[in-house]
Amino acid sequence: MSDTTGHPAYLAHHFADAEQQRESSKLGMWIFLVTEILLFGGLFCAYTIYRSWYPQMFLDAHRALDVTMGGINTVVLITSSLTMALAIRCMQLGQRQNTLRLLWATLLLAGVFLVIKYFEYAHKFHLGQLPGKYYTYTGVEGTNPHIFFSVYFLMTGLHGLHVIGGMGVIAWMIRRTARGDFSADYYTPIEMTGLYWHLVDLIWIFLFPLLYLIG
Amino acid sequence: MDTLRPAQNYLNEPRGWKSWLFTLDHKRIGIMYLAAILLAFLLGGIFALIVRLELLRPGADLMSADTYNKMFTLHGAIMIFLFIIPSIPAALGNFALPLMIGARDVAFPRLNLASWWVYVAGTIIALYSIFAGAVDTGWTFYTPYSTQTTTAVISMTFAAFVLGFSSIFTGINFIVTVHKLRAPGMTWFKMPLFVWALYATAIIQVLATPVLGITLLLLIFERLFAIGIFDPAMGGDPVLYQHFFWFYSHPAVYIMILPGMGIMSELVATFARKTIFGYRFVAFSSVAIALIGFLVWGHHMFTSGQSEAASMVFSALTFLVGIPSAVKIFNWLTTLYKGQISFETPMLYALWFLCTFTIGGLTGIFLGALVVDVHLHDTYFVVAHFHYVMMGGTVMAFLGGIHYWWPKMFGRMYSEFWGRIAAVLVFVGFNGTFFPQFVMGAQGMPRRYFDYVPEYGTMHAASTVGSWIMTLGFLIMATYLIASFWRGKPAGNNPWGALSLEWTTTSPPPPHNFDSQPVVTHGPHDYDKIIAPSTLAGR
Ligand code: HEM
Ligand SMILES: [Cu+2]
Repeated sequence: MSDTTGHPAYLAHHFADAEQQRESSKLGMWIFLVTEILLFGGLFCAYTIYRSWYPQMFLDAHRALDVTMGGINTVVLITSSLTMALAIRCMQLGQRQNTLRLLWATLLLAGVFLVIKYFEYAHKFHLGQLPGKYYTYTGVEGTNPHIFFSVYFLMTGLHGLHVIGGMGVIAWMIRRTARGDFSADYYTPIEMTGLYWHLVDLIWIFLFPLLYLIG
Repeated sequence: MDTLRPAQNYLNEPRGWKSWLFTLDHKRIGIMYLAAILLAFLLGGIFALIVRLELLRPGADLMSADTYNKMFTLHGAIMIFLFIIPSIPAALGNFALPLMIGARDVAFPRLNLASWWVYVAGTIIALYSIFAGAVDTGWTFYTPYSTQTTTAVISMTFAAFVLGFSSIFTGINFIVTVHKLRAPGMTWFKMPLFVWALYATAIIQVLATPVLGITLLLLIFERLFAIGIFDPAMGGDPVLYQHFFWFYSHPAVYIMILPGMGIMSELVATFARKTIFGYRFVAFSSVAIALIGFLVWGHHMFTSGQSEAASMVFSALTFLVGIPSAVKIFNWLTTLYKGQISFETPMLYALWFLCTFTIGGLTGIFLGALVVDVHLHDTYFVVAHFHYVMMGGTVMAFLGGIHYWWPKMFGRMYSEFWGRIAAVLVFVGFNGTFFPQFVMGAQGMPRRYFDYVPEYGTMHAASTVGSWIMTLGFLIMATYLIASFWRGKPAGNNPWGALSLEWTTTSPPPPHNFDSQPVVTHGPHDYDKIIAPSTLAGR
């Protein structure tokens, strides 16, 4: 519905023009991403402290993680970031069908990530490499190995929740794109989804070396 | 003579309760926040009165020690998470900020509505915890006790976690609104100081709250899975919890006080009819407080066994943060000096703020000094200090703000006579309640004890009586404010003759704030240069 003042339908009434609206969304999204980083910041901080307290144990315990699976997941996530970026590009050029395909690809890759994560988790549950008081595994040398797994499950778990959240948003974007909400003039929501998805990717890119590759 | 009220305003258009609960109008959301927050204040206040009643005489009179622990924890947690943090920004700020910068709404109206609903959800979870056995840890949920007690720690901390989102949403909204939605001509240095204060507050809200979020999550996981991060028996560190907690909670005290300081600037300028002395200093001091506030959290842990070097650094930094606060106090005093002060109700609260917040701030410097704090730590001196800051500061400013914007919000004046009586009762009651606590604390009365030796009897009795006087003041206030809906005379656009933009639109404002886009030509406090409009209805 465009109103009598000639506003395009996507422009909310309290903005003067589309540019102001887009700039506002962007700033808001960036601030939100900062809060996300700070949320993970607490965990990174805990990681640093316990790693400096128990360096040997961290070293021994990280061998229990599966580098191959972690590595594949890293590639999967980076690829999904790429398809996401391309989806935005296509919308900028007004190619709705391509945008749709690329969004589906992103969603699919996110799903692959979770499936691999599921196998990793299941294996650890099976071995008793669980956080805190549920930790029963005996194969790791050093004091308090359960802390490593507490940190591992917290960080990857919180990240996993973000992946799930991201998938929800991407699915919604697919629906809106299919419905024809977006055009070369207006694609801000997809762009914001992209920013969020890059952050999810970026956090994993920190988690992977810190947890899987330390040495 | 109702002709001054516009026929169509945000209160009556659109109609129906759904149009309120799902409104995207910042003014309605502000009013809904105000209602919710005042209910929280009532609830927290009832717990406070119960606590004080127990302390009226030495001995266990009303309740067991366990129940007492729950009472003061609920009082503290409700006052902090449900009342004071959202109070000024989410209620008065939501209402006034867009009006003051000449915008039609905040940048993200849906997010704004979401923040209210998230607040309600958090409140429901908090209420659920009260019935699920309450919490006895104190509002800080310190480990290791909080991981061991059998009370409802998980649901209460989860409530605080959820409430954090509502705070972050408000913060994001305000930052973007201030950056992007100012009216033509409203440069940064033509913004009212209340807007500056809300802007600085929003920065803290978005930077500090996530850290509290993760801390509370860690605590919840510690209880569920004994992850060992805070548990020394499992290789963890309980003091780490305190560091995380205060990394949020010290900045959070500035989330509580900065908006109050913003209101102070509006009140002082308006009721002294003078330009704020050193406008830029006052504006920048808000931002300075916001930033330095992140560096001083360790002053809550002087006695926790953190390293001496750390304590010394935190102590020095704590003194540093006193400077911008003092800048503000001196600028307000200078503004008042030789001003044509009129003592209407809002101004009375501004004066109370000046007295009580200054005492609170100065005693904060005592506590920031290492040696003194070791003696005063966890005594009633601390209790008195933070009540002078939070209640003597923020709540006084909040009350001043409510009285100041009431005519704008509802288009009606309240009874000035009763307003002043209530203000005096609140002031007398407040000092009666909390001043004796400085004395007791210096003499060594520990906080959080439900019983005490008879030597402290007089002071405690005085404190309890003070709390009743204050309550009387609040009851009178509630009565005349509610009565104003029916009996109040129409307020007119600008009852105080103030210069900021919200007073240029009708009271109550129309749904879209302004009939035509305002253009700003002068500063918000330029009373010296501009002869205030002569439309001083109600004066
Ligand atoms: C009617 C006014 C009030 C009275 C009579 C009152 C009284 C008290 C008392 C007796 C305590 C317990 C002290 C202790 O044993 O440690 C307490 C604690 C506390 N109060 Fe108030 N209070 C009032 C208002 C407020 C307000 C307006 C706030 C904040 C906005 C507030 C925040 C707190 C906090 C954070 C604590 C610490 C709770 C804890 O130790 O966990 N109070 N108050
Ligand atoms: Cu502090």
